Amino acid sequence: MAEFIKKERDFVVPGDEIISSMDYLPGRNCLREGNSIYAKRLGIVNVDGRVISVIPLTGVYFPRVGDMVIGEVEDVQSNGWVVNINSAHSAYLPLSGVREFIDTSKTDLSRVYGVGEVIYANINSVVSGNSIHLSMQDPRCRKFRSGRIVKMNPSKIPRLIGRQGSMIMMIKDLTGCRINVGQNGIICIEGEKEDLVIKAIEIIEHESQSEGLTDKISLLLGGSNKPHAPETHKETQEEIQAEKEQEIFDEQEAESEGDFDRKSND
Amino acid sequence: MKEFKREDGRKVDELRPVVIKVGVIEQADGSALVSMGKTTAIAAVYGPRSMHPKHKQVSDRAVLQTFYLMAPFSTNERVRPGPSRRSQEISKVTREALEPAVFLDEFPKTGIDVFIDIIQADAGTRTAGINAASVALADAGIPMRDLVAAVAAGRIEEHFVLDLGGKEEEVTKCDIPVAYMPRKKQITLLQMDGDLSPEETKEVIKTAIKGCEILYEKQKQALREKWVR
Repeated sequence: MAEFIKKERDFVVPGDEIISSMDYLPGRNCLREGNSIYAKRLGIVNVDGRVISVIPLTGVYFPRVGDMVIGEVEDVQSNGWVVNINSAHSAYLPLSGVREFIDTSKTDLSRVYGVGEVIYANINSVVSGNSIHLSMQDPRCRKFRSGRIVKMNPSKIPRLIGRQGSMIMMIKDLTGCRINVGQNGIICIEGEKEDLVIKAIEIIEHESQSEGLTDKISLLLGGSNKPHAPETHKETQEEIQAEKEQEIFDEQEAESEGDFDRKSND
Repeated sequence: MKEFKREDGRKVDELRPVVIKVGVIEQADGSALVSMGKTTAIAAVYGPRSMHPKHKQVSDRAVLQTFYLMAPFSTNERVRPGPSRRSQEISKVTREALEPAVFLDEFPKTGIDVFIDIIQADAGTRTAGINAASVALADAGIPMRDLVAAVAAGRIEEHFVLDLGGKEEEVTKCDIPVAYMPRKKQITLLQMDGDLSPEETKEVIKTAIKGCEILYEKQKQALREKWVR
């Protein structure tokens, strides 16, 4: 087996050689040239079996099917809505993506979602990167009638959610706010302690790489020093290992937010 | 024979003091400040974002736009603000120096804007601008084949000198700015002022490439300093 030039969890910049071996495959944000695998983006090395990928630490949002996003309605068209989802291209929410039946001859579409209104939607399909279709079929999808909108670097959203949603769950419990997180870096907060939540989000964004973040946020929000994740205090070897695996900005983590959110809504 | 001394006491193959700071502009998706001696460049990267004006949009790749500008106070004679013949040319060569490094085909129909501002000029502004832009692109999370490092070299008397300063630029026989991708070992920018024999030209380019390799390490180090705590 070849030696890793950059090990798992190591920081890489574009052009860094990760490994010189044909035993591994280049995954996301990596490329193979000759025998070697190189990083394409600034980020952290992730090794999953034989696939090497780079988890980006920065960058604008690019939509992926299945992502929950928060967007602002930009335009109402004859059979759908154009929604700004904080990405390079606007998304389109067709009539067929809406849960209820709407008779276009009787209803004015702007009364369903008007220009400037903010919705929580699911990305249904992405064709060649620029035709993005949304759907409101998911039970979590809705229109926001109150609350505050905060923006965050999209690549730091998994940190805000935490493993198995531990971080966001803790913030929700300690502040009593209703928080919806969009994978596109937009967060909607509804509740009395909005300011506290915004402060917590700012800390998470600026110190996303530091350790013991969960404890720090817990203290800020006035929780006990022993928050939700009891595993952070069980410093066994397995726990440390699990932490290493989980703490990387993993997409799986981000996806798990979906399950957890569904539970809380049901 | 008396040893050759450069105007600022550097060795022939020594760079001016280099400072690279990453993330100097919070508003931008990626940014960097590079100063080489008295030359200081700031680069800010926005995007990939929707391409405006729309007619410049390309259906199968992103469009990289570079805007090089010198601040009015950057030299001892006021620079008229706004684009000039010179700044348009430098914008173009900078874009062509960066394009081979960026995976533009990953973001169809989008635009990536790179703004380079020279706030202090003392020779080598285009190379400082390219260094800053390349770090800023990496900081913006844009996929790249490699970082691009750039530096000029020239010939004074019989010596090949690296990274010419303002006064040296006036006395040099020739000045060759080179942008280079060290991993790929590819040159992305090569310009020349003055004249030299083919052999001498090769030597000057070699000198510049050595300088690029040193700068490349500094660029990586600067990115690491911002992102690793």
